[in-house]
Amino acid sequence: MIELSHVTKEYAGRGKALNRLSLRLDKGEFAFLTGHSGSGKSTTLRLIHMAESPSSGEVVVCGFSSGGLGSHEVWKLRRKVSHVFQDFRLLPGRTALENVAFALEVTGAPRHEVEPRSTRLLAQVGLAAKSSLPVHELSGGERQRVAIARAMSNEPLVLLADEPTGNLDERASRGIMELFRDLHAQGVTILMATHDLELVRAYPDLRHLELNQGELVFDSHAVVAGEA
Amino acid sequence: MYTIREALAGIRRAPVLTGLSAAMVALALFVVGLFAVATYNLHQALSRVEERVEVVIYIQDDVREAELRLLEEDMLGLPEVRGVRHVSKDEALVRARTDLPEFEELFLSMDVNPLPASLEVELAPGFRDPASVERVADRTAIYPFVDEVRFGREWIDRLHLLRQIGGIATGILGTAFAVVAGLIIATAVRIAIFARRDEIQIMRLVGATNGFIRRPFLLEGALTGILGGFLALLLTYLATVAVSRTIFPLDWIPAEWTVGGVAAGGLFGLVASAFAIRRYLREV
Repeated sequence: MIELSHVTKEYAGRGKALNRLSLRLDKGEFAFLTGHSGSGKSTTLRLIHMAESPSSGEVVVCGFSSGGLGSHEVWKLRRKVSHVFQDFRLLPGRTALENVAFALEVTGAPRHEVEPRSTRLLAQVGLAAKSSLPVHELSGGERQRVAIARAMSNEPLVLLADEPTGNLDERASRGIMELFRDLHAQGVTILMATHDLELVRAYPDLRHLELNQGELVFDSHAVVAGEA
Repeated sequence: MYTIREALAGIRRAPVLTGLSAAMVALALFVVGLFAVATYNLHQALSRVEERVEVVIYIQDDVREAELRLLEEDMLGLPEVRGVRHVSKDEALVRARTDLPEFEELFLSMDVNPLPASLEVELAPGFRDPASVERVADRTAIYPFVDEVRFGREWIDRLHLLRQIGGIATGILGTAFAVVAGLIIATAVRIAIFARRDEIQIMRLVGATNGFIRRPFLLEGALTGILGGFLALLLTYLATVAVSRTIFPLDWIPAEWTVGGVAAGGLFGLVASAFAIRRYLREV
């Protein structure tokens, strides 16, 4: 589903963010991606979302290769791979419902389906009662739920999450994690970048990948495989 | 449908920004509008002066009627000539007495009318330049009964030069004003799109196609430009009326110029939006 082969990402004047990184996530996996600030977590997610191109190596996601997907075609990938962020990236001044509906409208959903589908998605993340509130009136955890509802509007195969609990308290973080577990149970492949190791330890059944200076230094699956 | 709805929603969501953009477009086009009124009136004034350009052929007294008719028909056959008017000796004298009343006594004391008969040749529009006038005058050389041909060579040369200078100045200044207006409009639209960059990024994020993202912004840019064009038209009209009432009369520009001005506003807005949004479609 996701495969990075010897991927290097180098920025002018900042050196290498990723150094010959290779990793693979199969369909239906849920993995944490950890590491210190600057270890390359966000860069990895951006490359998988094809917001950037690798300096060398190849990224293949849902059959789309970084070498063959132009900027004008990236929408094809984005309808299969959704992304949520620490800062939510919602449209300020619009309601929770409008934020989700916006994603459906701009991806060409039939007009008569937009509102019922948006309402249903918000109900799935537990925000049915707050769908008509402007997003700036919602708590951090609620805003992240709106972002997740929006991310799910395309019924994606992959969900990328960049520090989705970074701005949330422990209770809200647990709530978001439970939502992710539900999505994972529905078959969505999830890669979640976090620096919260306590959160990672709370879910020992999930795969744990650790980056350091752009290199993969730990993979819980490899350890398990090695022990076996 | 989404394009129209979203473009109108964009204007509704940020009325101040849209208003400011339209005002910038209006002020930029207002300057162009004032220049257009000035150019049009200058052109009209020159045309009115040019209408007076004529060739006067003075005829010897002993000419026969048939010979004179031959010259008249020859002149009327030329493409440069719109009409020919015969002025008899008597008519010339009446005109002189009317035009020069201070010499009334002198005219009365004369036993013989010294003034010659003439043919006044009116030139067709587009043939009032020195070369055409010269061609018509030269044509009379084959007629021995033609005494003299007058057409005010220096005056026509100066008029022609004035028109040429006017044409070049209009071209240069008009282009400069249009470029400045274009840059101002582009800046206004860029500011409006910059304010909504988050929206564009989110659209890219969730998988909207570039065309889908672009269309409402292009329509919004065009609508802002058209609105600015109408405002500019109103300002230009008010300024023209004010000058006409207080300083000197001015003609209003032709309808096709006003339509062209508003359309130019829309086109500027559309093109500026296309350029402004291009960079955001490459990001994320």
